[in-house]
Amino acid sequence: MPKDFSNIRIAKSRPGRGEAGITGHWRSQTPVIDHVKCAGNDSCLICWVYCPDGVISRDFPLQIDLEYCKGCGICAEECPRDAIVMVETVNQNNQA
Amino acid sequence: MSRGITKILTANEAAATAAGLCRVQVIAAYPITPQTPVTEELASMVEKGELDAEYLTVESEHSAMAAVIGASQVGARAFTATSANGLLYMHEMLHWAAGSRVPLVMVCVNRGVGAPWTILNDQQDSISQRDTGWIQLYCRNSQEVMDTTIQAYKIAEKSLLPVMVCYDGFVLSHASTPVEVPPQALVDKYLPPRTEVFRIFEDGPCNLNPLILSDPRADANGELQPGYMDLRYRLHSDLLSSEEVIRASDEEFLELFGRTWGGALWLYLMDNADHAIVSMGSLASECTIAAETLRTMGYRVGVVGLRSYRPFPAKELGSALAHASGVTVMEKDVSYGYEGAVAVDLKGALFNEGLRPKLHSHVAGLGGRDIMPDEIVEVVRRDMATGPLVSWVNARL
Repeated sequence: MPKDFSNIRIAKSRPGRGEAGITGHWRSQTPVIDHVKCAGNDSCLICWVYCPDGVISRDFPLQIDLEYCKGCGICAEECPRDAIVMVETVNQNNQA
Repeated sequence: MSRGITKILTANEAAATAAGLCRVQVIAAYPITPQTPVTEELASMVEKGELDAEYLTVESEHSAMAAVIGASQVGARAFTATSANGLLYMHEMLHWAAGSRVPLVMVCVNRGVGAPWTILNDQQDSISQRDTGWIQLYCRNSQEVMDTTIQAYKIAEKSLLPVMVCYDGFVLSHASTPVEVPPQALVDKYLPPRTEVFRIFEDGPCNLNPLILSDPRADANGELQPGYMDLRYRLHSDLLSSEEVIRASDEEFLELFGRTWGGALWLYLMDNADHAIVSMGSLASECTIAAETLRTMGYRVGVVGLRSYRPFPAKELGSALAHASGVTVMEKDVSYGYEGAVAVDLKGALFNEGLRPKLHSHVAGLGGRDIMPDEIVEVVRRDMATGPLVSWVNARL
């Protein structure tokens, strides 16, 4: 049964997880964090600051939400300890 | 009903006065001949404290439109004005305004577009923007400019569509004629403050105009939201319905102020006319003089003046032209590589209505080239005989 959109005139969205849709399957490369090389505490958090999609956790050990990570590679580029590497992703089912 | 004071005003002064009477709250405009006096008059009114509005001195017309869109989205009654290349500079934002469904009013002082440069009048500027989703109303004299600018806010706020009020540069914008200034109290009665804006945010803060994919998609709360084409259909559908809003707003204006401008189109000497002249703006006014002359010569000619170009009042035009065996379209624009836009739109409407009068389309007055009523008389006489179906008048061919 098609929904009646006749009262919706203005395109709107509200902040919310996944408001733009499931973007994780856009990835062709996936970030992998080496937690030994990672600073492991608040002294850094550069990847978290730079992530354009906010998919890196604030808590340690850092985790990346692969349902939404688009694989842009900025975290790997910015990490001062080279603790993040981008791995070619053939399988698009959110498995790094 | 109380009468206002009659002043000698140019159409530019009338437009600025009308915006002031509408108690506009935000103005962002960039000067361009022949619109400049509108911006200067409004700036002066704000500076003197006569108008309580925020006047943004933007660096371009693109910014002017962007600024008034933003202001309108958060509830302000916003206004801007432009002409020709200024209108084109904000072209992208015209689409944005219509798609955002903001009830803006902008006056477009019709001027030809470059290249090459001209500062003089024709209607290529606004007519070339007919597909942007704006309501377009064309005025034949300064009183109509005053009244239509006021009506425009009522139409805009009822339809949630931006309205462009168009009038001819220099011919009207800089020519002084007596204009009755409606009393502020009556305008306040006709145009109460905006209320509908608060519905946009009634569910709490939100982002406006995010990326919309082609098909409906569930939002973060799981609610199905329309796809792009659904929203575009809504805009189109509301633009079609605004024809009735234009009529109703003009009727309400008549009751309060004692003047009417015909709604979507007006008729002059059409009662038993065999041949009709169709035109817009001050040129249509000249056509009425030509029609009078033709009547004294024994021809049964009348004028159908288009006030609303978008929405295009196709059905009403069909009714008005149902008994005309011939039609002369006079316009100050051309769709290069084809014909005048008004003529082409009219032919489409007549086709849909099953009418096929002998229709002659004429392009005149580009870049301010003069076109006089007696020249229009000659064009119509030729059309009623064996004149060409398409011509450019007074062009040195």
